[in-house]
Amino acid sequence: MYKIEVEHLTKYYGHKLVLDDVSLRVADHEVVCLIGSSGSGKSTLLRCVNDLVPFNEGVVKLDGVSIHDSEFDVRDLYKRIGIVFQAYNLFPHMTVLDNITLAPKKVHGRQKAESEAHGKELLSLFGLGDFADSYPEQLSGGQQQRVAIVRAMANKPDILLLDEVTAALDPELIGDVLSVIKDLREQGMTMLIVTHEMGFARDVADRVCFLDGGKILEEAPPRELFSHPENPRTRQFLQRIIESGRL
Amino acid sequence: MSLKRPAPPRRAGRTLSAKDKYGPAIISVSTVVAVTLIIRAVVIRSSQWPRIKDQFFNVDVIVEVFPKVLHGFGINMAVWIVALVVIALWALILAFFRSLNGPWFAPLKVFSIVYIDLLRGLPSLLLVLLFGFGMPALQIPGLPKSSLFWGALAMISSYSAYAAEVYRSGIESVHTGQYLAAKALGLSQVQTLFHCILPQAIRNVFPSLLNLAVALQKDVALLSVLGVRDAVREAQIYTARTFNYSSLIASAALFLAATIPLARLTDYFTKKDRQRRLQGA
Repeated sequence: MYKIEVEHLTKYYGHKLVLDDVSLRVADHEVVCLIGSSGSGKSTLLRCVNDLVPFNEGVVKLDGVSIHDSEFDVRDLYKRIGIVFQAYNLFPHMTVLDNITLAPKKVHGRQKAESEAHGKELLSLFGLGDFADSYPEQLSGGQQQRVAIVRAMANKPDILLLDEVTAALDPELIGDVLSVIKDLREQGMTMLIVTHEMGFARDVADRVCFLDGGKILEEAPPRELFSHPENPRTRQFLQRIIESGRL
Repeated sequence: MSLKRPAPPRRAGRTLSAKDKYGPAIISVSTVVAVTLIIRAVVIRSSQWPRIKDQFFNVDVIVEVFPKVLHGFGINMAVWIVALVVIALWALILAFFRSLNGPWFAPLKVFSIVYIDLLRGLPSLLLVLLFGFGMPALQIPGLPKSSLFWGALAMISSYSAYAAEVYRSGIESVHTGQYLAAKALGLSQVQTLFHCILPQAIRNVFPSLLNLAVALQKDVALLSVLGVRDAVREAQIYTARTFNYSSLIASAALFLAATIPLARLTDYFTKKDRQRRLQGA
């Protein structure tokens, strides 16, 4: 039984084909990284998994049940899957703690005191204990992104989707966020990660998928994919990454 | 950020010449003096000035009529404040309906679009006449017969359409990432609007809403056509009896005394809003 199963997913934006018959399986506690140049469809694939964007054909299953099945509770989908975006997308008019407790209180019917206690606990766990009453714009980019990760964790999901979470950060702030993700991996979180940080993908991933033109062209454990890429497109992509000094 | 501390004196930079130092002050003072002298020469020194002064700026008349005009102005302000509260809420509901998506909400959305199109397309004066004279004339039992009530309702209906569009522009100014984040957390469409989008939208359009409030403050004088004894009506009554227009000037002064501070307040919030956005960028 796989945690996430994506079968024959096809997605158009207008007349533009962005995902072309993509299939992907992620086992429980597995960390899968999606790499590829921009426009290859990796972020869209991620957003199809938790139904943020509608897709044209194919099925997405969680623990063997299609997310569009009538017996699948939509509320359950957002409880079991957390997502973190490149631009953090925190709510600027709410304090850090309110950002984190919004969904537990409003969607999952938790008591205020209970969700706030859990929120504060998570914040101090992620080294953000002092910022519970701050507003997002008072924080640095790296801190905001860690708050966004805490917010995604507040529903106690068992899957985390990370969409280029370090792409908007200054280089010296990236490390903090990446070490948080490594901690989550140690705790056994199932993760699907879109990233441009090849070194990070090599360290954290169980499997790396290379996407190009809406297809998964190659997937392999990072050691194999980065040292012996089989597909010429993968080789070309990695060659360019190495030339620009990012691996 | 503390704005209260006085700016430190400027010690660096080029030394100012006498021309740079005193030039601007001399130019502004001389301009004011010149314009005043011209007005004096043309208007006040003219042969017609005593008649103009008597007709429009007659102090005795203004003093005599002031208590009544002030009382009428109290009605203007009362209508304005009540209307402001109702409009703020009703327009928000309209904008809320309009921003809903999906077949379930279609009737509300269509209602809101039709309402805004109709009420924004009609002159406020026409609505005031239609409601204020028309509704009491129907003599329907159970409905209020006061033309003040119906006139105020007409103003509320009309201004709500404008305010709803202002709210809507605020809703549309919120970044799509906010919708995505709310959806990914599992919030429903209504919860998303309520908790995430509207607070940001209202903050974005607050200066524009205040601008509408300034416009409404003087437009409540339209109710005078219904015979409501507001400041303008009281002044008119006096004018009709004496053929002296100083009473209207008294009423005008009251309106200015109310709108100008509010306009300055709007400027203040607009400036603050711009600073906030610049900081965010």
